[in-house]
Amino acid sequence: MSTTLLRSARLASSLSSISRTFLHQGAPVKHLHTSLKTHYAASNSPPPAEGFLPGVANSQLIKHTHHDALRNPELAGVANGETKKMNTFQAINDAMSIALATDDTACVFGEDVGFGGVFRCTMGLADMFGRDRVFNTPLTEQGIAGFGIGMAAMGSTAIAEIQFADYIFPAFDQIVNEAAKYRYRSGGEFNVGGLCIRTPCGAVGHGGHYHSQSPEAYFAHTPGIKVVVPRSPIQAKGLLLASIRDRNPTIFMEPKILYRAAVEMVPVGDYELPLGKAEILTQGKDLTIIGWGAQLYVLENAIQLAQKRMPGLSVELIDLRSILPWDVETVCNSVNKTGRLLIAHEAPRTQGFAAEIASTVMERCFLRLEAPIQRVCSYDTPFPLVFEKFHVPDMIRCAEGIERAMKF
Amino acid sequence: MLSTQKISLAKVAAKAFITPLTIRTFASSAARNVSINLHEKSFESYNCEAPALDVEISKEELVRMYKSMVTMRRMEMASDGLYKAKLIRGFCHLCTGQEAVAVGMETALTAEDKIITAYRCHGFTYMRGGSITSILAELLGRKAGISGGKGGSMHMFTPNFFGGNGIVGAQVPLGAGIAFAQKYQGHKAATFSLYGDGASNQGQVFEAYNMAKLWELPAVFVCENNRYGMGTAANRSSANTSYFKRGDYIPGLKVNGMDVLAVHQAVAYAKEWTVSGKGPLLLEMETYRYGGHSMSDPGTTYRTREEIQHMRSNNDPITGLKQRLLEFNIITEDEMKAIDKAARVEVDQAVEEAKASGEPDISEFWTQIYQKGTGVPYVRGREPEEFHRY
Repeated sequence: MSTTLLRSARLASSLSSISRTFLHQGAPVKHLHTSLKTHYAASNSPPPAEGFLPGVANSQLIKHTHHDALRNPELAGVANGETKKMNTFQAINDAMSIALATDDTACVFGEDVGFGGVFRCTMGLADMFGRDRVFNTPLTEQGIAGFGIGMAAMGSTAIAEIQFADYIFPAFDQIVNEAAKYRYRSGGEFNVGGLCIRTPCGAVGHGGHYHSQSPEAYFAHTPGIKVVVPRSPIQAKGLLLASIRDRNPTIFMEPKILYRAAVEMVPVGDYELPLGKAEILTQGKDLTIIGWGAQLYVLENAIQLAQKRMPGLSVELIDLRSILPWDVETVCNSVNKTGRLLIAHEAPRTQGFAAEIASTVMERCFLRLEAPIQRVCSYDTPFPLVFEKFHVPDMIRCAEGIERAMKF
Repeated sequence: MLSTQKISLAKVAAKAFITPLTIRTFASSAARNVSINLHEKSFESYNCEAPALDVEISKEELVRMYKSMVTMRRMEMASDGLYKAKLIRGFCHLCTGQEAVAVGMETALTAEDKIITAYRCHGFTYMRGGSITSILAELLGRKAGISGGKGGSMHMFTPNFFGGNGIVGAQVPLGAGIAFAQKYQGHKAATFSLYGDGASNQGQVFEAYNMAKLWELPAVFVCENNRYGMGTAANRSSANTSYFKRGDYIPGLKVNGMDVLAVHQAVAYAKEWTVSGKGPLLLEMETYRYGGHSMSDPGTTYRTREEIQHMRSNNDPITGLKQRLLEFNIITEDEMKAIDKAARVEVDQAVEEAKASGEPDISEFWTQIYQKGTGVPYVRGREPEEFHRY
């Protein structure tokens, strides 16, 4: 694709987005020749949701309508804009589209991203932005990470994809020893802020050992990088744009079960959501519950189950959103209000991120705590194939954890 | 009799990769061995000599090869059906079309040699002693599975087969380590570490090459080049697609992986090479999979149906061996049909047995994390006071 054509295509798409957001525009400007219907090149309507989390479709946490979605104060910037029905992979696609359109140096690369990716997150991007900006890499995770770090060190924005979080371990050295320490060791001379590594994580019902892991705890132990986990399409788009544009290397972990299972009315405009800030999803006064990613829907069901046995139970549900840096203030304020805390995550219990939260809350809210902090996590075994339903902290175990916290 | 033989040979040669001039049979068809000349393009070598093009092999061995390939294909097709019936969950990578590699390799090796490969492992598991029932049961996640139902498609093991590995490329340094142990323990045997064209670009593969050459290990690295790393064509992932030359200081041999006898010859040659102390060797098997990368991949978005059909019609390993068997009058069409039928019956029976097996007991969830009786007295359960004690 010629550069002039590319530039005008990008200009057209960014113009169209701006005009749609600010000018409330009705009829599209006809002489611009890009697809003005939407930023992302993926198909219009989301494919049917599937997976072992059917509860997501009925969740109160999902914004099913236009007004519901825009009621969020964090979306004030796009409050007058359009929303479009998108699932998580379409929202992520849209975010990357905007990132590529607004940042000349941005490139998206990884295994099989060219044709759209194994989860369709990169559909149409190569066609829209050219194969010199959206391209496949060979099967080399360590190479992908190192290559991305090098690009970012030159000031470019590198959006790298690791096909499954389970495969991120060959890249672990590059992330921990190179990306995280770049700014520090060079005394600020260089940094790799432009690096964002996106990777699908989490249980999916049949993933087995190597398509189900949640490795956020390994990376939370590394000063210098940020780790973010979205729970829904609106969150994914905003947090991904923030992660890409944040001038610190960031690992963006996308719960793969939500790619098709979660469908929301997502603002089509350009918006970011804050990193390092948790979100209180429901206000409550009896118990604080923290989760992230797909686990929040399990927790929602667990709360409903617990409320049947303990009528009147008022729970404050918090989505942590950023694992590193995590929002200590919001969490501790909430625990100081309720006096009880439960944390749930899919990663195994020992040395899972819940341990870090529990430790910090214990330090800060010791005298306020009415019950030991509950951690409901997967058992300490490799992620099993046939035993998956037993391994993960399902809603029954989470409901039991709630009861233990309340009845102490 | 000679003239009729020549005519039928010409018919065969039109389809297969053998020319009429290169086939010799013994005058007496009651002889136990046949001598078959492979096509001159079967091998291409790098810094070593190619193996001889004439293969001497017994009739029984040829029939066994045929039977193995047919059974393997039936087994993979049964797995395909079970997956589509949603009885197999998770990931399932079938080796339909690549049977010649597993079969040719096994016939040239002994039980002392070790094999390690990546996730496309059902065929190898079968050749290395896994029963069809145990393979299918493992796919179904049942107790009778070869890994007790705990591993699934990608994790099948037998005493001389190290799997079945999910992480691409990770099995290659493992293979170098196994070869080192063999040398250390004085076994006169080799380790064959297989990987694909996609995995060939992993850094750890080159680390394994270096260690193998430095310490002259009895390691044979085998690149199963089926032209596509999932959906990416080899030339779009690799700057150098001559995989047999990628070992640089390790000599290499490219082999027609769709011809079971070429594979057999090359593997016998490679074993002899490494075990005699010449150090590692690299083999590249040019092969092809008819199916997609896995059951979630139709296999047609990155290659044409014509290409798949062409390979099936002209280069199918089973058809190729069948033609040889018929030409050499080793067995008749009817006997061949009987073998096909027996294979189908065997696999169908194995499917039923596998389905009848129950799911593993929940207590198996806690077993085999650590060695029994060592180190960990308990694993924590879901409550602070709940422990699973060993």
